[in-house]
Amino acid sequence: MSEDILDIIKENVIQGRKTRDDMGIDERLSGTPGVLELTETALSSDISPELIIKQALTSGMEVVGEKFSTKEYFIPDMLASADAVGAAMDILKPLLEKTNVETKGKFVIATVKGDIHDIGKNIVAILLKGAGYQVNDIGINVPEDRIINVVREEQPDYLGLSALLTTTMTSMESVIKALKENNLRNKVKVLIGGAAVSDEYAKEIGADAFCTDGFQAIKVLEGFEKN
Amino acid sequence: MPREGILINKPIERLSGEQIRLIHDASIEILTNPGLLCFNKKAAEIFQSHGAGVAGVTGSDTPCWHVKIPEKLVSDALDSAPRMVTLGARNPDNVLIMKGDEPRVFFITGSETNIWLDVDFSTYVNKADPTKEVKLPEFQPRRGMVADLCDSAHVCEHLETIDGYIRTVNIQDKDITEDNKDVNKFFACLNNTTKHVMSGLTSLKQLDNVIKMAEIIAGGSTKLKENPLISFITCLVKSPLQFVDDTTETFMEVCKRGLPIVVSSSPQAGTSAPIKEAGIMAQINAEVLAGITLGQLVNKGTPVLYGSVPVRARMDTLGDSYGSVETSQYHVDCTQMARFYNLPNYSTSGVCDTKTPGQQSSIERLFSDIVVALSGPQFLHCAFGLLDCNSVFCLLQAVLDDAHFQMIKFFLKSPRIDEQELDTVKKQIREVVATPQKMFINYIRPVMRSGEISPPYPFEGDGESDSVFALANERLQALRAKPVEHIDPDTTARIFREIPGLLPRLNVYKGESKS
Repeated sequence: MSEDILDIIKENVIQGRKTRDDMGIDERLSGTPGVLELTETALSSDISPELIIKQALTSGMEVVGEKFSTKEYFIPDMLASADAVGAAMDILKPLLEKTNVETKGKFVIATVKGDIHDIGKNIVAILLKGAGYQVNDIGINVPEDRIINVVREEQPDYLGLSALLTTTMTSMESVIKALKENNLRNKVKVLIGGAAVSDEYAKEIGADAFCTDGFQAIKVLEGFEKN
Repeated sequence: MPREGILINKPIERLSGEQIRLIHDASIEILTNPGLLCFNKKAAEIFQSHGAGVAGVTGSDTPCWHVKIPEKLVSDALDSAPRMVTLGARNPDNVLIMKGDEPRVFFITGSETNIWLDVDFSTYVNKADPTKEVKLPEFQPRRGMVADLCDSAHVCEHLETIDGYIRTVNIQDKDITEDNKDVNKFFACLNNTTKHVMSGLTSLKQLDNVIKMAEIIAGGSTKLKENPLISFITCLVKSPLQFVDDTTETFMEVCKRGLPIVVSSSPQAGTSAPIKEAGIMAQINAEVLAGITLGQLVNKGTPVLYGSVPVRARMDTLGDSYGSVETSQYHVDCTQMARFYNLPNYSTSGVCDTKTPGQQSSIERLFSDIVVALSGPQFLHCAFGLLDCNSVFCLLQAVLDDAHFQMIKFFLKSPRIDEQELDTVKKQIREVVATPQKMFINYIRPVMRSGEISPPYPFEGDGESDSVFALANERLQALRAKPVEHIDPDTTARIFREIPGLLPRLNVYKGESKS
């Protein structure tokens, strides 16, 4: 029984179906329960959150990643799957906390002050959530002091800063300076991204990494975990 | 079901209605003053017997007549020429139906080149950093052979954007002669593609053998008339305003047999036609009208295409400059003229001046492909794979062109904007603006695999290296590996029994034949 439902959850992750209202790719699944409903069913059948994450969610995302790398899947497919997994993780997170199972880490993400562009930031947030990170997206045009407050209060492992414009990218440097001034810099890894910035700029302002996209962000985070 | 082509809802136009009328009037005037020189006696006699002014030209090295074609003959011909021309095919799904008043574009290969361009890839290593290497194509020109024509027809069969096939390469094998070239080139084409096949004729003596071959394939003469799987193209009028003896003879003989034929004229602005747009337009239109008139006088109702291949001269060599912007302007003008007469138009695009595939080739051909296609010619001879004007054919370029035409065809799709569609998207907008992320990505997926989103450029590489040629070559090899839908063994055996001059090596069932 548990294997059956885990397989169905995995298939729905691959299909990118969060709820029964989502279409996915295989039309035959239309109207059937999606990842959210199936996760609840699995929990009510006493299947452990760890098993659901490992055998259904993570396993499904691995297949999605393979399909993406062979260009069978595109970013909208990846995002749909990641969104479904992220939603399931929201249900599972409180249960994991109760059992002292650690998540991959907390990630606060923001588009810096003066910049309202958020497509890239949103995509990164969805992908990270789908990859198992606890993501707090604090929005666009976020002032430096708000970012500092969130870092101080939530103590995230990672801070992601996004900027599209050459006129707003300088805010990233200000945030990093403020982190140092508030003795927070060594408590959080800072990742920057966006069309305006580069690896060179990341080094220049003292960020820990520059990421071209969400997929690279996941790789960078995995690299941090290994170290 | 015939092929759909692409219907251009709003064809681009350069000429106003008044300008079209002015060109028409000028052409009619040119047909009597100065009229045409006719080097074909039968044609001169036909014109004379129908009331044209015909007078022998004295002092000419070859027999020649001065022909003045009155407007009435032209208007009668325009009345009797069919408004709709069907170009048949071995596969009924590949039939092309061209209506003079409907700007539905079909994309067709051609023309016949002497040189076949082989492609090979070599690896180059960076002297400063030997770990860096790139693969670059090397192009090797050589004489075209019948095996190349088979190869080309086979690949074009599998390129979905190609609607029909004009032979792409002149077959110059040692055992090909003037007396067997036509049967072999038509057989090589017909045996390797199920799409419509058009060609010029090298020797009039071969016309009936070619037609007989087509009749055997179609299932008889009546079936061939119903499904004319071959058609012909002749440039019977040499610019300026001269009926050439042999091609006029060929043209008249094809007309007598009632198969579709393109009346083509190819003046060069600056040398064989005035450099001014008004001049080349008035002249080419007169030349095509003269050909159409002769065709209808020979056999009323002969299916003809208004064929226009105008080109501007290069200023540095006075050779053809198909890549010039004016050449595309002339073609758009000619398409408008053909539509004015309600006749299907054979037009040209994609011919470039450069000798090898590359940036110049892509820019020149894509520019004319887009603008000429948008003007809505029915038969767009879009020079798949052609380079160096009409001299070189390269299959790699044909594969690259296919990608261009996928884009153009997608662009030409009719917009889907109706109340139902707008209701759907208004609902989406309301739903999305109420979400924190405000993104429409979830709605991409249902349309992503439905063909509503244009595919990415198929030869896009990874990273910062240009992989276009290498990826196009991979596709070319994949196309070559696809099966060939040959003519069936019994029909092939009958063709080889009854049609003289066919090269035995073209019989793919050699040794398997029942006969």
